[in-house]
Amino acid sequence: MAKIDAEEMKPRSWLFRMWDSDVAYSFRTSPVALIAGLVSLIVVLAAVLAPWIAPYNPYDPSQLNLMDGFTPPMEPNAFTGNVFWLGTDNQGRDVFSTILYGARISLFVGVMAVLFAMVLGITLGLIAGWRGGWIDSLLMRIADVQLSFPSILIALLIFGVARGFIPPALRETMAIWVLIVAIGLSDWVQYARVVRGATMVEKSKEYVQAARVIGAHPFKILARHILPNVMGPVLVIATIGLALAIIAEATLSFLGVGVPPTQPSLGTLIRIGQQYLFSGEWWILLFPAVTLLALALSVNLLGDWLRDALNPRLR
Amino acid sequence: MAEPLLSVRDLIVEFPTRRGTLRAIDRVSFDLKEGEVLGMVGESGAGKSITGAAIIGLIEPPGRIAGGEIWLRGERIDNLPMEKLRRIRGKRIGMVFQDPLTSLNPLYTVADQLIETIRTHLPISEKEARQRAVALLDRVGIPAAARRIDDYPHHFSGGMRQRVVIALALCAEPELVIADEPTTALDVSVQAQIIDVLKEICAERGAAVMLITHDMGVIAETADRVAVLYAGRLAEIGPVRDVIKQAEHPYTAGLMGSIPTLTQTSDRLVQIPGSMPRLNAIPQGCAFNPRCTRVFNRCRVERPDPIDRGDGRQVACWLHDPAEVRNG
Amino acid sequence: MADTLLQVQGLTRRFDVSKPWLNRVLERSERQFLTATADVSFDIRRGETFALVGESGSGKSTIAKMIVGLLEPSAGKIVFDGQQMDFQSGAAMRALRRRFQMIFQDPFASLNPRWHVGDIIAEPIRTFGLMRGAAVMKEVARLLDVVGLSATDAAKFPHEFSGGQRQRIAIARALSSRPEFIVCDEPTSALDVSVQAQILNLMRDLQDEFGLTYLLISHDLSVVRHMSNRIGVLYLGRLVEVADGKKLFTEPQHPYSRMLLDAVPDLELSGRRRRQVEGEIPNPISPPPGCAFHPRCPLAFDRCKLELPQPMPTPGGNAACFALGKPG
Repeated sequence: MAKIDAEEMKPRSWLFRMWDSDVAYSFRTSPVALIAGLVSLIVVLAAVLAPWIAPYNPYDPSQLNLMDGFTPPMEPNAFTGNVFWLGTDNQGRDVFSTILYGARISLFVGVMAVLFAMVLGITLGLIAGWRGGWIDSLLMRIADVQLSFPSILIALLIFGVARGFIPPALRETMAIWVLIVAIGLSDWVQYARVVRGATMVEKSKEYVQAARVIGAHPFKILARHILPNVMGPVLVIATIGLALAIIAEATLSFLGVGVPPTQPSLGTLIRIGQQYLFSGEWWILLFPAVTLLALALSVNLLGDWLRDALNPRLR
Repeated sequence: MAEPLLSVRDLIVEFPTRRGTLRAIDRVSFDLKEGEVLGMVGESGAGKSITGAAIIGLIEPPGRIAGGEIWLRGERIDNLPMEKLRRIRGKRIGMVFQDPLTSLNPLYTVADQLIETIRTHLPISEKEARQRAVALLDRVGIPAAARRIDDYPHHFSGGMRQRVVIALALCAEPELVIADEPTTALDVSVQAQIIDVLKEICAERGAAVMLITHDMGVIAETADRVAVLYAGRLAEIGPVRDVIKQAEHPYTAGLMGSIPTLTQTSDRLVQIPGSMPRLNAIPQGCAFNPRCTRVFNRCRVERPDPIDRGDGRQVACWLHDPAEVRNG
Repeated sequence: MADTLLQVQGLTRRFDVSKPWLNRVLERSERQFLTATADVSFDIRRGETFALVGESGSGKSTIAKMIVGLLEPSAGKIVFDGQQMDFQSGAAMRALRRRFQMIFQDPFASLNPRWHVGDIIAEPIRTFGLMRGAAVMKEVARLLDVVGLSATDAAKFPHEFSGGQRQRIAIARALSSRPEFIVCDEPTSALDVSVQAQILNLMRDLQDEFGLTYLLISHDLSVVRHMSNRIGVLYLGRLVEVADGKKLFTEPQHPYSRMLLDAVPDLELSGRRRRQVEGEIPNPISPPPGCAFHPRCPLAFDRCKLELPQPMPTPGGNAACFALGKPG
């Protein structure tokens, strides 16, 4: 025990503090978190580095050869003799490369949608929790109404409305952004609710009162005092929300309202794949689906772990 | 001498953490005679509540009793299986906690809770149990007990609720009542009422009381003997009047001096420098030595065990070692 | 009066505790108001410690919050050094705000857990723009030294400190804008007695050193007696007695003051028996008519049930009780 004492006397860098924190310790000692973290990391890295890893660029029509279509995994193509690890799809795109590029789009849409929902939800939640009164009632009733619809339906609705406003020429390029806004808008309620509740708790704490006594501006109190203290639960929702957003994107793409088919995401690939499932070309569906499952599941498990790790009882 | 009602011998309670095992109670021994009121004082973190929890087997895992023995009237109870312990709890040992709201189930009426507890432990009919419950509520000072017994806990004020809890703790005629900060959540004017009720009703029924509190005033008025805990160790134990009037352990002396009173005249309070060590940094030797004004070399090296002074007092301080007294 | 620093006149605060509008309509219930503070007036002189004592629900914290601008009064006014406080007017209040500060009850909630101690203490300095750059941290180091901590503590986080040390940090923060007046809301009730002594001594030293004026809010009469020059006793939102420090303890005028004194535990074991205090504090939503204390008062007579007593001069101050004016 004397040894611990000596350790505590040393000045600590923030890097050491992070490594030494209870959350980091819980991560290091949780096999589920470690595996989920590893899987997520691999998928994320593969997606980010896709242009350097992927053997083909599936978005480049000049690299495509329709003759390569429907090549099974690890078997030479009957006409061209080309071998593809995970086979090819109907247009002769390499499934492995397409998964890498598709995961890139899925992750990009997911992350951006979560960020959008987070910024919107946190802002509205802070306002509702801090001001209370009619602003709070109004925002929370809107949230209630929105929660009574399935979020995918809301995303579809927003997506449809937005398409109506965008000139046809821009539809292709704007599609991803519309998708992000649609998923984000369908998801802000959770953040707003959690942040509102936490803000109401923090607001009554004495450190906030101390800042009010000296007349600190409410904006400063919200940004510097309350926000850092409500971020714990927000991070948990954001992680689980990321998994949900990736799935939502896949669902929308699967329904054919998501990203354009020239830039396939994991959902688009699954949509293409399921058309050929019964004619024997199982690989077009299976590999993208497994990737999506691995990504969504591991991110979700990370979220679960984070929730447990941030549980106040353990802190 | 008659066998003590409760005997705690070299009790050790440990909490394993990832930074090593913390010893919350370190070799604490004391006896409780039949019908006696033993006060247990100490600052937060001294281990007084954990001692109480250990006796009734309610240490939260991963904490555990790592050593020592607890005897209730000649029967060892620290290593009993859960089922047997549960039968002792409530029947032979009653409990009163700090917050009356958490010790009562908000979903059941007071009658439900009292009658159930009585019938769990005593072989009597529902009707008899109800009569007994009403009588008990009346005794603890609930006005119109026969009517109010069917109210829910939230219908009672804080002081009344604590009276209900006392009735609940005593309804199975226990031999020992452990009261953990029973008045801390109450207003000053109500505290005195509750302490009086607790003391009188236990005396009537011959139940011994272990009164855990940080409030020396409550101890002074209620207890026969007092045990002072510091950093999980027993600093001093003895008759309440002696300990308060003439504390022998430097820590107790400092503690007594630091309490402002209604008759004190000096402008400054006696203060003990520093604060109680955290459990992961208890100094070598006597745990109090870095804050002690009368510290000498031996205190920094060797841990003093309670030294029996022969007058019913034990003091864990080298100043009271006969060898030291002779030398200096 | 020239030496009056703070003047409170007819301060009243009502809280709307009605159910939501829809429930009111459906259940046909009336709007309900809780009067936390009713028509409270007192002066605080420069350099003194004025204490407000009372049990829970007496409105003492509400008064403290109104004085520092955390709550708006429903009626009445607060005059600080000749200027009436108006928390709506930003510019005029800014200069005034720097001159008063507050110390809170719970040192575990009053420091932002995510801020370095140095930034916590520097917050008032930065908010009021008193210093900039390296001078700020130099001042922080000085303040830490003043409250008995070390300058290196500025780089730590609040969770690395004990309760007493945290309260020292909170005091350093309160001092950092160089105020003249500090509202201390139960500054030691969350602390252990030995630590309480340290903090009370520190508060006294700081008062002498910087010529501070304190408004001390407490439920602990011993603490109040130790610290204060003058004392106001609150019951159910009304000031029942104001008296010079020791006078209140030797010659309490209002029966409620007397009752509070009787309820203090006797630590000297002088044999003084606590008088059984009757009853509990009524629900503040529907206080008794007339003098709110009459249902518990041993001196109550008919007039007390009908009329509200006004403060009458007493040897040590004033008291609001009809029994005082009654001959015999």
